[in-house]
Amino acid sequence: MREESFEIGGLKLKSRLFTGTGKYADDSVIPGVCEASGSQVITVALRRVDLESDTGNVMDFIPKDMQLLPNTSGARTAEEAVRIAKLARAMGCGNWIKIEVISDNKYLLPDGYETAKATEILAEDGFVVLPYVNADLYIARSLVDAGAAAVMPLGAPIGTNRGLKTKEMVRILIDEIDLPIIVDAGIGRPSEACEAMEMGADAVLVNTAIATASDPIMMARAFGQAVEAGRAAYLSGPGAKHSMAQASSPLTGFLSEG
Amino acid sequence: MVITVNGKETEVAEGLSVLGLLESKGIAPDTVVVELNRDIVTGENFGTTMINDGDHLEVLRFVGGG
Repeated sequence: MREESFEIGGLKLKSRLFTGTGKYADDSVIPGVCEASGSQVITVALRRVDLESDTGNVMDFIPKDMQLLPNTSGARTAEEAVRIAKLARAMGCGNWIKIEVISDNKYLLPDGYETAKATEILAEDGFVVLPYVNADLYIARSLVDAGAAAVMPLGAPIGTNRGLKTKEMVRILIDEIDLPIIVDAGIGRPSEACEAMEMGADAVLVNTAIATASDPIMMARAFGQAVEAGRAAYLSGPGAKHSMAQASSPLTGFLSEG
Repeated sequence: MVITVNGKETEVAEGLSVLGLLESKGIAPDTVVVELNRDIVTGENFGTTMINDGDHLEVLRFVGGG
């Protein structure tokens, strides 16, 4: 297969699978997950330190060569997202930021308007901005105008493992938006990640499906392979679909002829 | 003096730096970012940034997230 890479914020990436660090029963599997998945980009969140009982530090488990993608989870407005992004950058781990602006606690659906506002402010301030949004053409266009480095439409609500429910809308973004499209949230199975890649998505972000598998390292490997398979299938140009059978074997030279 | 750290009021000694506060709580300074009255304090300034009565501090670090 031809050597292939894609670029976000000036960084060339070989792997099109982004991973996360949430929900692991034991964070010590994270290095194994990173290696098995082949992923080069990993998300983290920013939270208050518990001053009474100091818990472990997730950073101890993230391989140093991973590109860190802090998220702004917890933000309900653009202003809060900007505040979190600036704090995350001050940690000294680069200038990438995944914008998450959510005030709906039932479905955790992102607020497109506030996300676009935050994207504009942070892109102007030199961040590499990856906004998490609904799979909506107009929101995506506003993110292009706001200076986003990619658009991250959801496949299904966060953490649901329900798959590519927004498939038709994601397909429109892939067709119309001239930025990398990274399907983020909801992907529960490698087959769904593969499907997104077959459609022409540039990458997928998978956290819950790997972290909550009985064997996260094996599942990480499966996702890595699925993403590669889907990308290869997309590049190979799948054949046409037909409503009636199209024989694969010759329709001549049968034994019974003549 | 009384300051607010991560939303909780806390009694601390006068003349305390951000670094002094972190050390008193057993927090490794290179694992956190601090916000003092909404201004970001970066690691190299922890030792020279003094805390005053009534200040609001946020002490944050990266945690697992998606």
